[in-house]
Amino acid sequence: MILNYIKIAWKVLLRHPFYTFITLFGISITLTVLMVVTSFMDHLLGVHYPEGNRDRSLFVTSVVQKDTTRSSRSSSPMSVRFIQTYLKTMQTPERVGMTSMFTFANAYVNGKRIKLFTKYTDADFWRVCTFEFLDGKPFAEQQIKTGDQVVVITDDFQKQYFEDDGKTVIGREVEIEGLRYRVIGVVKGSPATRPYSYADVYFPYTVPKSNYERGNMRGNFIAILMAKDKSELTTMQSEFQQAMSRIPQSGTEYGSKYTNFTIKAEGYADQYMTSFFGDDDSRRVFFFTAVAIILLMFMGLPALNLVNVNVGRMMERASEIGVRKAFGAPAKTLLYQFIVENIFITFIGGSLALVFSFVIIQLINNSGWIAYADLAINPTVFLVSLAVCFLFGLLSGVLPAFRMSKLKIVDALKS
Amino acid sequence: MIKLQNVEKVYRTSSVETLALNNINLTVNKGEFVSIMGPSGCGKSTLLNIMGLLDEPSQGHIEIDGRRVESYQDQKLARLRNEKLGFIFQSFHLINDLSVLDNVEIPLLYRNTSAKERRELAREALEKVGLSNRMKHFPKQLSGGQKQRVAIARAIVGRPEIILADEPTGNLDSVMGNEILAILQKLNADGATIIMVTHDDSMARQTHRLIRLFDGTQVQ
Ligand SMILES: Nc1ncnc2c1ncn2[C@@H]1O[C@H](COP(=O)(O)OP(=O)(O)OP(=O)(O)O)[C@@H](O)[C@H]1O
Ligand SMILES: [Mg+2]
Repeated sequence: MILNYIKIAWKVLLRHPFYTFITLFGISITLTVLMVVTSFMDHLLGVHYPEGNRDRSLFVTSVVQKDTTRSSRSSSPMSVRFIQTYLKTMQTPERVGMTSMFTFANAYVNGKRIKLFTKYTDADFWRVCTFEFLDGKPFAEQQIKTGDQVVVITDDFQKQYFEDDGKTVIGREVEIEGLRYRVIGVVKGSPATRPYSYADVYFPYTVPKSNYERGNMRGNFIAILMAKDKSELTTMQSEFQQAMSRIPQSGTEYGSKYTNFTIKAEGYADQYMTSFFGDDDSRRVFFFTAVAIILLMFMGLPALNLVNVNVGRMMERASEIGVRKAFGAPAKTLLYQFIVENIFITFIGGSLALVFSFVIIQLINNSGWIAYADLAINPTVFLVSLAVCFLFGLLSGVLPAFRMSKLKIVDALKS
Repeated sequence: MIKLQNVEKVYRTSSVETLALNNINLTVNKGEFVSIMGPSGCGKSTLLNIMGLLDEPSQGHIEIDGRRVESYQDQKLARLRNEKLGFIFQSFHLINDLSVLDNVEIPLLYRNTSAKERRELAREALEKVGLSNRMKHFPKQLSGGQKQRVAIARAIVGRPEIILADEPTGNLDSVMGNEILAILQKLNADGATIIMVTHDDSMARQTHRLIRLFDGTQVQ
């Protein structure tokens, strides 16, 4: 029976190529957009290489100092001193990793300039992150203590800087901004969309030029507090709050006074939002409401269009309905038939969307638009979107189908 | 088999009221071949549709096999149409998206018949109307006479006791028309009760009984 309906649905589709095109286009574009967007969101906010511990980490990325008497405000990452005094001493975190926000540097190969993103990190940074070492190893506490001029580089930079002679580059030297560093590790690079791990070269924070001794509280470093387990995040959060509350509110920084400061430890997605919207919650709410409305429209418009086209299409089939009823089809069965047809169409649209999304995501991954992009189709998102599509298929089909199934036989046959 | 009592049908539109059938009383017995004649607009189709449960009378009673149907709901009416009645229309009303075989199978879709059985019964019905060589064709690829034979196959595939035909030869030339009539007569000889609307005297004369309508009233 269902097979029979699907057979008819298929033939109806073939008979109305334009209608078919509009419908499938609507469904599959909606789904594709949804899937690509969520895949991108997941790429940005999910747990991915080399930040494989995001889900059990809190990020402390900036401190804001205010002077209420002069209504001035300074915001920046933190100093190494601050991180070492107040964060590294915390009990709950398994590790507290520290890295500078990126800085830039130039390297030259055969007279050609290579522009580099650089990071200064501590040894725990390599434990908090989940970098894959293709060669060598990260720097250890000892090398940081002695301020060794060593460097961990990415495979991309290795390719650009060294000739590919098949030999290891560990122990060889790179010259960056006039200083020579010994390569001790090669990692698979991180996408540029992950600002706390992305760089081309990684130095110990104690090498010259890192300026790590600058600042009381504000500096150029962020900290990643990694708990032993997700469940300890709240404990870690309260310990962080307590630690911060013990610091005097006012002080002097780079020659200017501040009367109070704020600092937050947040999950990755939260701090990402904060970096976009600031601390203002209402802006965040506004943004998400707008996104929700846009999404709804995105799904709603094709649905409305579907209803419209469906009504027209079913009117065309009045005679078929008349015939089926005359030969014993109850209204309920016809209703069921049209719903099955609609779901079938939605299903085709969904499959197309899956293919489109896959192709687009592959294109993004391979385009080099984002280095090391690792977008993927999220099965949950696909299923949820498909369910939403089904729902629309149902709604858009049920209404006209209901009307048609209630049509009087003689009237149906006349048209 | 079919019994109409004081049947009246009024069509109401916003401006006019048409009395399409006026106090019709008639009985069609099992095995009869009845023809209905009358001028255009006199209510022949309306009468046939009411007898076939495709339309409801405004007044009066209908009995099929001794059962009064006016209280029947959609589901029960559908069941009755499916089991007892077969229709043949002047304009064939085949579903263009379906092959000949699939068209003929339609009445069987609405009862418990396996796909295999449906195929067999549809094939048998098509053989009866001499179209077993056109099963995979689509309606568009058939002549008018062939379409009507497909429609007849569809009407008989469920072995209904009553066949209702509204000008089944109206769109066909006389040779085709006679072929169709011959098929109907054969079905009648095999036991089917047939009620046929026609404009053709010579055809009406070949049936058992003639009902004549004039302006919604039975005059013969
Ligand atoms: N749906 C309707 N609404 C209003 N009036 C209708 C409707 N259907 C039929 N009529 C009217 O009822 C009368 C009988 O119509 P019917 O179709 O039964 O005639 P008929 O005898 O079958 O005619 P023909 O030989 O032309 O097919 C006509 O006057 C027609 O105009
Ligand atoms: Mg008529």
